[in-house]
Amino acid sequence: MSEESPYWIEGTVPETPTPAEYPQPWKTTSVIGRRMARVDAYERVSGTAVYPSDVILPGMLYGAILRCPHARARVLSVDTASSKAMPGVHAVITASTPEADIPWAYRRGPESRLFPTLCQHEGEAVAAVAAETPQQAADALRTIRVNYEILPHVADQETSSGPKSPKIWDGGNELPARPPYQRGDIDTGFSEADIVLERTFTTACEIHAPMETHGCVAQWDGDRLTLWESTQGVFAVQARVAEILGLPLSKVRIVGHYMGGGFGSKLQAGKYSIIAPMLARLTARPVKLFLSREENMLCVGNRPPSRMTLKAGVKKDGTLTALAMDTLSTPGAYAVSGYGLEDWQIRDLYTVPNVRTSSRFVYINAGPARPFRAPGHPQGSWALEQMMDDLAEALGMDPIAFRLKNIPSVSQARGGKPYTTTGLKECLTEGAATFNWETARSRPAQKSHLKRGVGMGACLWIAGGGGPPSTAIVKIFADGSVNLNLGASDIGTGTKSVMAMIVAEELGVDPHAIQIEHADTATTQFATPSGGSKTIPTESPAVREAAYAVRRRLIELAAEQHELNVEDLGLATGAVISKSDPTATFPITELEGLQKRGLVMGIGYRGPNPEDVAITPFAAQFCEVEVNTRTGEIGVLSFLGAHDSGRVMNRLTYDNQVFGGITMGIGLALTEERILDQATGKMVNANLHDYKIPTALDVPAEMTSLPIDPHDEQCNTTGAKGLGEPVTIPTAGAIANAVFHATGVRITQSPITPARFLEAQAAQAKEV
Amino acid sequence: MAKKPTTKGREHDGVTRRGFIGTVGVGALGAATVGTRRAEAVPEITTPEAMVQIGLTINGRIHRLLVEPRWTLLFTLRERLGLTGTKVGCERGECGSCTVLIDGQPRYACMTLAVEAEGSQITTIEGLMDGEALGDVQQAFVNEDAFQCGFCTPGQIMAAEGLLQANPSPSNEEIRKGMSGNLCRCAAYHHIVRAVDSAADGRRKGDNR
Ligand code: FES
Ligand code: FES
Repeated sequence: MSEESPYWIEGTVPETPTPAEYPQPWKTTSVIGRRMARVDAYERVSGTAVYPSDVILPGMLYGAILRCPHARARVLSVDTASSKAMPGVHAVITASTPEADIPWAYRRGPESRLFPTLCQHEGEAVAAVAAETPQQAADALRTIRVNYEILPHVADQETSSGPKSPKIWDGGNELPARPPYQRGDIDTGFSEADIVLERTFTTACEIHAPMETHGCVAQWDGDRLTLWESTQGVFAVQARVAEILGLPLSKVRIVGHYMGGGFGSKLQAGKYSIIAPMLARLTARPVKLFLSREENMLCVGNRPPSRMTLKAGVKKDGTLTALAMDTLSTPGAYAVSGYGLEDWQIRDLYTVPNVRTSSRFVYINAGPARPFRAPGHPQGSWALEQMMDDLAEALGMDPIAFRLKNIPSVSQARGGKPYTTTGLKECLTEGAATFNWETARSRPAQKSHLKRGVGMGACLWIAGGGGPPSTAIVKIFADGSVNLNLGASDIGTGTKSVMAMIVAEELGVDPHAIQIEHADTATTQFATPSGGSKTIPTESPAVREAAYAVRRRLIELAAEQHELNVEDLGLATGAVISKSDPTATFPITELEGLQKRGLVMGIGYRGPNPEDVAITPFAAQFCEVEVNTRTGEIGVLSFLGAHDSGRVMNRLTYDNQVFGGITMGIGLALTEERILDQATGKMVNANLHDYKIPTALDVPAEMTSLPIDPHDEQCNTTGAKGLGEPVTIPTAGAIANAVFHATGVRITQSPITPARFLEAQAAQAKEV
Repeated sequence: MAKKPTTKGREHDGVTRRGFIGTVGVGALGAATVGTRRAEAVPEITTPEAMVQIGLTINGRIHRLLVEPRWTLLFTLRERLGLTGTKVGCERGECGSCTVLIDGQPRYACMTLAVEAEGSQITTIEGLMDGEALGDVQQAFVNEDAFQCGFCTPGQIMAAEGLLQANPSPSNEEIRKGMSGNLCRCAAYHHIVRAVDSAADGRRKGDNR
């Protein structure tokens, strides 16, 4: 993955035209920025929202996939005779079913098949069934007889390219080398430094684990396919499904109104998106196919593990002179996406003239990685923010003062393009002030075995500026009611609510009264998947443009009808008003043009971003932890997130994102780790009991969200930058720094489990 | 890790508990024959005669239906009765998405067989509504924005309802404990705790519903 090919876009996307006239940045707002309950909150809390896994259709069958139980094996034979004869079973498909004997191409790297003969990770699809109940489908799977030749596997990226490792692909286990990133002269940089530190950091593999697993319900109506799919992007799924099944795009309808979380793992179609329609076609019945929790843990994405050796040089006054990082990571058994970018913080966050980063990627026999909330970034931040802490300690400087000394105003990794705005300094200073950093930092050490400490970390996010394409439509009906139509998915970030607020701001209507149609390829406009923290900055200008067009048209209609000057007219709730004559109001419902036509429609396009500038969200997070030095348990007591994501659109959902991202970062820091058994290559914790995502007990009682809005009037017409990813980037590093402040023990391996902490503490005690 | 499905069910009338766990807990995974070992025997077939007629009292209404003994309450609610407000996240008692009240107690519907639930009062998220009006806990979740994707939310709300029925004045710590059996990957926990607290507050002041 690279900066040039953002991960949420596969292949080419249509450009949208540049709007003829841009609305000016808002000076004041009456709806935007408020704490507003979501427009779809009722549906979500009442249980009436129909998620894809809730869809029930007449005659619907249940699909299930038989998966390889080995890390690496060759399928010698598959005998489906007895399963086909079972009651309730309507179809069994394998690699020898003609329709299912198709290639499965990932974007890069080695190719595979829908049901591959060579299974390269535990959980590869081998066969699939459709039956009248899920229980019958599970029974049928159990009677399919597969002969596997178990092959040697690789479960550890560290040894993958070693001489004793089996070659898992003909081309070897290394992905093609990429040239290192270089800036300035790294040797000169280190020779200029007064202090040089080097450390190796590792992060464990994390699983997305959305609460709704991946899957879909497929239904054919003649040659038209409808899929209700749990996805972040209906148009991305449409493109893939149409291509693989050889259907015109117009015949593939993907509906994704609600979805139960994705975090990057649902940006694309999966094998289930193909198997379900195939089974539906063969059985002439609708088919529901949702993965089990175990399948979800094994097959549909992860944040890959990383090892990062980071070397840093700094002058006595705190000026960074050089940063060098070598990274080792793995995309899993296939190079799909979601690996790389560990070095972006190193390249871009702090002013450093001399940088060199290189990355190696190797294959292992494990499920393929997919983009996971800020791919690469939390890993790199884990390394860099701990290193910054170490350097500050070595310099005898306060960690914040040290960071403040190295704040760039340009994106060094993008050839020195200036940022439209950067609130990094304010995130640090205002965050520190609100958190009471200095007081907390200078508290004397506790004598008990319970030790408290505070730590912080900063970050930026590579994307978050959004961009074309996007098309949105706003309609106002004769009675003044409003409809908003956009293709983007609301993955839980509150997209629909924010977009309704924008329309409300422009048209003076109640945001909750706006009817929204979205995330349906048959009835809404093209949108890229919701990911990369780009949904609001991408969609909001298009929506604003569409609402603005409606507003202009209403004013024109009033001007024509009453022979008035357009310049003198404005729009208030339900009426066109005169700016010069407060008594002159023209209710919308009395506009002849609107009444005759029945509808005024505005189309908004997402125009291009300004050239030669970088649009980037920034953040700093602060936390306090308590470490039990006897048991190794770490409790997070409080967290503060100071975020520059531009304009705050909805303060309520904004804060929710901040707290949610921090909590996910707590998982990275303390609990989450995919564990592969080295002997068998199988995942030993493929469930939510042993793979530990944070619970209500793991979040700090005290959490604060501090928005920093630098009033970016250049980035786009709403001034919003992305938020969903930066909120989880610096969290883990901040926690590790707080643990160090509390105990003097530096933990470089994530997650910091009690055992890992005690081990490191004991090792350190030995050294002293 | 995946448990081996049992084949012993054959000797019994109905499905053994182990067989049930095998089916529900394992799903499709790890069920294939390993190496060149013999295939599992054909699992027991549930014939219509082996189905049992039960009556489930759900949200105050009795539903009479035929179920296989191995069907979970979750499956029965969602796929047989169309009460899809109750969500499915793991089908193995780990996530809490399927939480319902059984005789006022929050329980995982995926860990309860439909036949076991006969004779109990079952309350689902749909049962907290008063017609089209939201219940007080639901309203508190709206006001505090105590969800993001909303998928874990019905389960969270049922857990909160059960907690408040048992303990009308929970402390912050008690709320966090009471809600800790319900995972939220969007991690709306901070707002969830606030919502439960405000619902409790509302009930104490008597302005519920
Ligand atoms: S679905 Fe019942 S606990 Fe997860
Ligand atoms: S709101 Fe998404 S899992 Fe809880």
